[in-house]
Amino acid sequence: MKKPELLVTPSKVSDVLPLIEAGADAFLIGEQTYGIRLAGEFSREDVKQTVQLAHAHHKKVYVAMNAIFHNDRVALLGDYLTFLDGLNVDGVVFGDPAVIMAAKETGVNLNLHWSTETTGTNYYTCNYWGRKGATRAVLAKELNMDSVIDIKENAEVEIEIQVHGMTCMFQSKRTLVGNYFEYQGKQMDVEGRNMEEGLFLHDQERQNKYPIFEDENGTHIMSPNDVCMIDELEEFVDAGIDSFKIDGILKSLSYMTEVTSLYRKAIDLLVTDKEAYEDQKDEWVERIEEIQPVNRSIDTGFFFKETVY
Amino acid sequence: MALLKDGISEVIDGKRVITKKPELLAPAGNLEKLKIAVHYGADAVFIGGKEFGLRSNADNFSIEEMAEGVAFANKYGARIYVTTNIFAHNENMDGLEEYLQGIEGAGVAGIIVADPLIIETCKRVAPKLEVHLSTQQSLSNWKAVQFWKEEGLERVVLARETSALEIKEMKEKVDIEIETFIHGAMCIAYSGRCVLSNHMTARDSNRGGCCQSCRWDYDLYKLEGSEEAPLFSEEDAPFAMSPKDLKLIESIPQMIEMGIDSLKIEGRMKSIHYVATVVSVYRKVIDAYCADPDNFVIQQEWLDELDKCANRDTAPAFFEGVPGTDEQMFGIHGKKTTFDFVGLVLHYDEQEQIVTLQQRNFFKAGDEVEFFGPEIENFTCKIETIWDEKGNELDAARHPLQIVKFKLDQKVYPSNMMRKGK
Repeated sequence: MKKPELLVTPSKVSDVLPLIEAGADAFLIGEQTYGIRLAGEFSREDVKQTVQLAHAHHKKVYVAMNAIFHNDRVALLGDYLTFLDGLNVDGVVFGDPAVIMAAKETGVNLNLHWSTETTGTNYYTCNYWGRKGATRAVLAKELNMDSVIDIKENAEVEIEIQVHGMTCMFQSKRTLVGNYFEYQGKQMDVEGRNMEEGLFLHDQERQNKYPIFEDENGTHIMSPNDVCMIDELEEFVDAGIDSFKIDGILKSLSYMTEVTSLYRKAIDLLVTDKEAYEDQKDEWVERIEEIQPVNRSIDTGFFFKETVY
Repeated sequence: MALLKDGISEVIDGKRVITKKPELLAPAGNLEKLKIAVHYGADAVFIGGKEFGLRSNADNFSIEEMAEGVAFANKYGARIYVTTNIFAHNENMDGLEEYLQGIEGAGVAGIIVADPLIIETCKRVAPKLEVHLSTQQSLSNWKAVQFWKEEGLERVVLARETSALEIKEMKEKVDIEIETFIHGAMCIAYSGRCVLSNHMTARDSNRGGCCQSCRWDYDLYKLEGSEEAPLFSEEDAPFAMSPKDLKLIESIPQMIEMGIDSLKIEGRMKSIHYVATVVSVYRKVIDAYCADPDNFVIQQEWLDELDKCANRDTAPAFFEGVPGTDEQMFGIHGKKTTFDFVGLVLHYDEQEQIVTLQQRNFFKAGDEVEFFGPEIENFTCKIETIWDEKGNELDAARHPLQIVKFKLDQKVYPSNMMRKGK
């Protein structure tokens, strides 16, 4: 049986080795100018070091270029792609077709992963981006398990899903936190504005708490709970999903290494000893519940939910 | 006659005129609104069908109604577009081909699409339809515009986050029709990149279920250790991300000179009064500017007229740069409109000087009212005696859609509207 890749997002270069030791197969990194909602900023030098480190351990590195680009950044795309090609990164994650255009123009030989967070919702469109040059599609988080499996069955590209961590609910180009502070007459600490940690919106009616932060790409609002599918991976593995992502945004390294090592065990057992997986999976969920950050519960996202419209 | 280099204008008899007049594109949630939009001066109208569109709460059009709308629009030389801009899930693929063929058969000019599934299906099964990329794709740079041109699309609707300078550069670099929003409510998120409704109400925002959670109030806190510190005081309004509505009336000349192909008004859920008012004002602005751009001045009465149907305060949003605090609303959830739409003219008897109207809101004898419409200059008058259809005297028009008459000494035309200040 095919073993899916375990993909994690480190927040700095020094996270990489501990996460390799915890069992990660691949890393998604990048910088705000090109990527969105990353766990940390990786300069070009950081990317280079990460690639060296990961490749020395036969692990993969994907670099995020999934921002929504305006004209001002278009001119930068070719140079960055050429830089990444020179490092032999294992993939570039994009949402904006400008990246495909720039990749063609520069003639780089890079795997492209299509990821728009919210709009990867059917297999036809995954395959469409495949025909445009993508080798992988990252699915929207708002899909239920049946849809995910149906997409995988009909996909001509690799399929990646997020199995753990917070997900994005909203991106605005406006500086919504800064605007609110300004409305209150508070002086905004511009330095502190970058990914100021710990801000959240309280939704009184639902008693939910949504993390919110601002960066170069605008304002981002995140899900109130962390997805945790460690005890529900079997159908995905059986369906042949290619990559499982654990998103490390706004998480500590100790949390990430522990969660990564639990998923490592889960995946390994699923392909070798399903009974052992069944026996142990509840303990892993309990362990994750113990280490969840203050205010954040785990749930199963949209995998078992029906949405109407 | 000399064609100027800009491709936008010519000099005729020593006077510059605009020869590339942009399309004025209006929304319509049903057939009545479509007819009003066209009658009041829209060059094109976008409507939603029963499926695959993003306003599942709107009335929306059956294929037969689309055909009727197209027939009506044809008399005015106007075009109809159908929004089919959901991001489809696998289960939505059924029926798509028949649906697109139905739209094509109804004589619709084009569809507005976000999902490549629908783009490619349309090209395959309904090739007569133009394909316009929806703002749901949040198209924000010229290279992505180039991508969609190479995919064979006739037109792209840009992200609402694009500025005048950015649009200008796109227009210069890529030869494709560009459509941008000029008026109406807008998403505060990048369109298509928001799933607040999915999380908060289990309604899929990208398939028409958006319940506008972004317009709700929230409280902003900071987690310090395990302490939750409120970042607001008693007197502050709660955290909000409700944008003021877009209004670019004063930028229309600039947009025309940039060569933008279609100027779009938002609001398929809005009333016929709103559509009529907004369309007629922008019609006047575009016509006046194109006829004599070098002596154009924006008229105060146009601005006043727009305010008569405003639901919220307004702002230029991203056209002039990234909007700040003043372009959002805190502690305000809209504003009361200053006028009520009270009657739709059905008939005017010139000899007797009697107007026949359909009641759309309460009014009574003695009320001061205003008439407007494409054939007339706005005027106000005082209503004297009101009669019902049978000639019985009424103290007030109380019933929705009731047919009433009263004496009016100025000529009005069918589909003119009567409004009343609050």
